[in-house]
Amino acid sequence: MATSRLVAPELASIKVQGLTREAFLMRSTLAAGAAYGAMSATGLISSALADAGGGDVDILNYALTLEFLETEFYTRAAKQVKGLSKYENDLTKELRDNEGAHVDALTATIKQLGGKPVAKPMFQFGGAFASRTAYLKTANVLEDTGVSAYNGAAPMIKSVDVLAAAGSIVQVEARHAAMIRLVRDRPPAPRSFDAASEMDEILKAIKPFIKG
Amino acid sequence: MTDSALREIADDPSSRKRFFKMLGGAGAVSAATVFLAACGDDDDEAAAPPAASEVKDNNNSDLKVLNYALTLEFLEADFYKQVIASGLVKDAKVASLAKKFGQTEQEHVEALSATIKKLGGKPVDAPKTKFQPTLDKGLKAVLETAATVENLGAAAYLGQAGNIKSKEVLAAALAIHSVEARHAAALNILVGRGFGDGKGGLEGALPDGAFAKPMSEAAVLKAVKPFLA
Repeated sequence: MATSRLVAPELASIKVQGLTREAFLMRSTLAAGAAYGAMSATGLISSALADAGGGDVDILNYALTLEFLETEFYTRAAKQVKGLSKYENDLTKELRDNEGAHVDALTATIKQLGGKPVAKPMFQFGGAFASRTAYLKTANVLEDTGVSAYNGAAPMIKSVDVLAAAGSIVQVEARHAAMIRLVRDRPPAPRSFDAASEMDEILKAIKPFIKG
Repeated sequence: MTDSALREIADDPSSRKRFFKMLGGAGAVSAATVFLAACGDDDDEAAAPPAASEVKDNNNSDLKVLNYALTLEFLEADFYKQVIASGLVKDAKVASLAKKFGQTEQEHVEALSATIKKLGGKPVDAPKTKFQPTLDKGLKAVLETAATVENLGAAAYLGQAGNIKSKEVLAAALAIHSVEARHAAALNILVGRGFGDGKGGLEGALPDGAFAKPMSEAAVLKAVKPFLA
């Protein structure tokens, strides 16, 4: 775990309770991905059905897990974190709603493709909501991780429509990352080329958040 | 500890190396092999390798997309250059962002040019730009234009994702796309546009809400026309 550049120490120190790769229903070697938005999903689904194989469903389920994680994170943050400014509160709720919309869209798309959406895991966030600083730090890591997960997986998506959807979502994740970084007084776009992470790196990074 | 880990995420120098490796260069063949291996077996391709003519068509199609992207990056890089040279930006934080974003766009220009050459194409020349009327309007107009142009850039890359044939070129475009999105969000917040109405358009940090919308090449070229001499 120490070798993963995505795992910040505060994440690594949270107790891990036996998540397995199988828990993600990751049967393929594919990394991560996404589906299209709720608003536009219906129009895309029929054509996505035509050329999306099982691989895309696996990718969608992996993405769904990441989006479940983010949704739960911001839902709890909105209730628990003290000392946020009005803007930070608004931002938290906006991010929560965006991630929730991603969950809904991914779930709908997986079903339309004939797949079975993964169940929402049980999450734990350790001390992430104990302070404004801790919350924003974890949010920063989660959003940057999300961007690199989607970027790493998108080239492996078979359906051009599912790819368009992954692009649509990753752009929003990147915007989230920049906004969270700004409130932390960190460079919003630290790299000229965003990272593309492989599944193993992502799984390591989010493992501490998932209860066994 | 925490800060250093975050800095590592932020400044990971290997990401740039990996990016250029991905695009070609010294380790191009091995990188591509590893990349494809990581994608898993593709039965279709294994069974029937594409004909030479198809490879050429795909290559030409990717070159077209890359040169379109290069034109937009030239435009962005030049805009930041002129903004910095104008001395309009006094605030240290905004100045440092503009400088950083400008450097990034310049790196995109160089990476795209190199990729086009590697694929056997010819990079387009930098377009002649016309930013003086914007600069004359002052700092607020300048930053708002930057915010709009970055939203445009993000939408432009998104619009091309499905047109790119090569997985390596797609990965490269994605690595740039999300950076344009970061620039767009940051600038829109800085100029006070907030999240936007979520209903589309080019204003706001989240102008399309939870799902970013793509823009066609024709629409993008029309939108940047006022900035071309």
